[in-house]
Amino acid sequence: MFRKLTLTAAVALGMTTGAAYAAGSETHVEDFDFSFEGPFGSFDTNQLQRGLQVYTEICSACHGLKFVAFRNLSDEGGPMLPDDQMRAYAEFYDVFDQALFDGEGDFRPATPADQFPESSLSNAPDLSLMAKARAGFHGPYGLGINQFFKGMGGPEYIASLLTGYEEEPQCALDMEIPMDGYYNTAFAAGGYPDECKYEDGSHKYPGSWIGMAPPLWGDDVEFADGHSTELEHVSEDIAAFLMWTAEPKMMARKQAGLTGVIFLTILSVLLYLTNKRLWAPHKSAAKRKD
Amino acid sequence: MGGIPHDHYEPKTKGEKWLDSRLPIVGLLYGTLMIPTPKNLNWMWIWGIVLTFTLALQIITGVVLAMHYVPDVDLAFARVEHIMRNVNGGHMIRYFHMNGASLFFVAVYAHIFRGLYYGSYKAPREVTWIIGMLIFLLMMGTAFMGYVLPWGQMSFHGTAVITGLFGAIPFVGESVQTWLLGASAVGQPALNRFFSLHYLLPFVIAGLVIVHIWAFHTTGNNNPTGVEVRRGSKAEAEKDTLPFWPYFVIKDLFALAIILAVFVAVVGFMPNYLGHPDNYIEANPLATPAHIVPEWYFLPFYAILRAFDNTVWVVIIAEWVSFGIIDAKFFGVLAMFGAIVVMALAPWLDTSSVRSGRYRPMFKWWFAILVVDFFILMWVGAMPAEGIYPIIALIASTYWFGYFLVILPLLGVIEKPLTPPATIEDDFNAHYGSKAASGETAASPAE
Repeated sequence: MFRKLTLTAAVALGMTTGAAYAAGSETHVEDFDFSFEGPFGSFDTNQLQRGLQVYTEICSACHGLKFVAFRNLSDEGGPMLPDDQMRAYAEFYDVFDQALFDGEGDFRPATPADQFPESSLSNAPDLSLMAKARAGFHGPYGLGINQFFKGMGGPEYIASLLTGYEEEPQCALDMEIPMDGYYNTAFAAGGYPDECKYEDGSHKYPGSWIGMAPPLWGDDVEFADGHSTELEHVSEDIAAFLMWTAEPKMMARKQAGLTGVIFLTILSVLLYLTNKRLWAPHKSAAKRKD
Repeated sequence: MGGIPHDHYEPKTKGEKWLDSRLPIVGLLYGTLMIPTPKNLNWMWIWGIVLTFTLALQIITGVVLAMHYVPDVDLAFARVEHIMRNVNGGHMIRYFHMNGASLFFVAVYAHIFRGLYYGSYKAPREVTWIIGMLIFLLMMGTAFMGYVLPWGQMSFHGTAVITGLFGAIPFVGESVQTWLLGASAVGQPALNRFFSLHYLLPFVIAGLVIVHIWAFHTTGNNNPTGVEVRRGSKAEAEKDTLPFWPYFVIKDLFALAIILAVFVAVVGFMPNYLGHPDNYIEANPLATPAHIVPEWYFLPFYAILRAFDNTVWVVIIAEWVSFGIIDAKFFGVLAMFGAIVVMALAPWLDTSSVRSGRYRPMFKWWFAILVVDFFILMWVGAMPAEGIYPIIALIASTYWFGYFLVILPLLGVIEKPLTPPATIEDDFNAHYGSKAASGETAASPAE
């Protein structure tokens, strides 16, 4: 443990020559257009409901959403399920309740106050915050004032990952021991074979190999509203839903921001006029004396 | 308060006299608020109010956040999410607090560079400057410890790196690091004490801010000309000054409102712009992020820390002369703290007889390069330490030290400064006189 920390310090201090650098620029992230981008963008309720369906039918098999409560599904600015639907939805899930069975605990159907279960597999990360924990294309330190209009690219990253499964490049197919996992053009953190690098170490192909098998193929779900179930559209829906789970108060926040900016702009104008009037006698006195 | 002759509070009613003879607090507030202030202050003199406001904002939002937060390694991350999701208005309070740190540093850097350009650090304001530097150091400590509290990946591994710096101190380093963390590695003891100190230090800062204000109210404000207010008589002083209330309060509030409009836009529309996505992943000691980067406001000093690696000849010599006690890592740490120390020593390193950079033709250029240098350091601090970046960092770091240790002392000797105006009144009249004259045609129809 201590050695690891020392090593971390050394890497960050730049004293090792091979300081690892995330291959963030070596992935392909598609710039999807989401309805919630920009200062005035808002979540598309129907899309969030479709995303919830995709999550329920596919993602939840392995992943969890431990920071989201079932009651949140009815919240303003979210998927806004009607109350009875939300309750019925919660009952599909079994949660462990320590208070039951004289303190020994037992499983019972979830209530609106309960939270979604955690991931059932140790290598399947919780998805609650995934859309904020990944930056697709603007990078936190990129200059991107673009972020104002486009966001950090978290949902773009998720949708790109889900549509980014491609056939392995020939250089990987030629290897004697095949790569573990699946080739994905958007995934940066996985393994990458030396056979597919140029001599200077840079990658010939974007992305890397990911452990998760392609979860979506297109036509995986059937939407009640008859919306397209093409791979790209389903991926966008789940990415939008995960943006909501990561930032459920986004609509309230943008509203507060807009109100604040308008209020402060008016206040600035009033203060400008007050200031001008206040100083006017002294400035005109200066003019007379000069 | 203060050496500039001005009005004093006179208790008039019986009640006022009763209080004043027991606690002259109204007089103190009156003296502080009505302090004679040079009337030629420009827009770079607004940052003090912005900083005071931001300190109050951080304390108020911070106190509310602390009501809902739990400094426990198993709960901290979830508690922050609890604040973001379940606490009424919690997401706004947290985003204000998080971005408030950035606003604080924007303002403090502007404030510091204002002082460096207009020679505000020079006699008789050295004590104000030194206290300011102490506040700056405490701010950095507080901000750093605050960043640990959400217990995300960057929180955890950033702490490991920064506390690791203390481990570089020869002989006692490891003991110091263990003492700071309360353990041999970042964990529960570190999180708990950082929370405690993160709550305490802002009040220490507030105390120092009062001393900072007391100090410059004693010497009087500096101003863009660097010429002192005339103090022969009250009438003379009043030609150079106007009372802080209402003239400067309204002016500063106007500037504050504009700055807050931008700030609220950032909080409302892109609150995570200045953060790092990795900090939305719960801390995991076993998975080190590929690229550990401090928050933007530490980057210039972080760049200096990394610039001096063991390929730099100064470092090699230092290591050789000290028989290996000062190795590259320790040298980097010394350089980082040294970068702030040389800045704090500016009052004694600057030999020029003229205070304001406005009347120093050569200084102006060197100062402009220093500002550019600061942004280069900030940029290069975010870059990986490979390729061309270490060389850029080294050159930029060298300039930082060169500016304070060589250029400032030398300029005072070789530079021929211009003559500043005789009085602040002259400067004010010249400024508004000529400006008003050129704008007269536009203004005349209204008259």
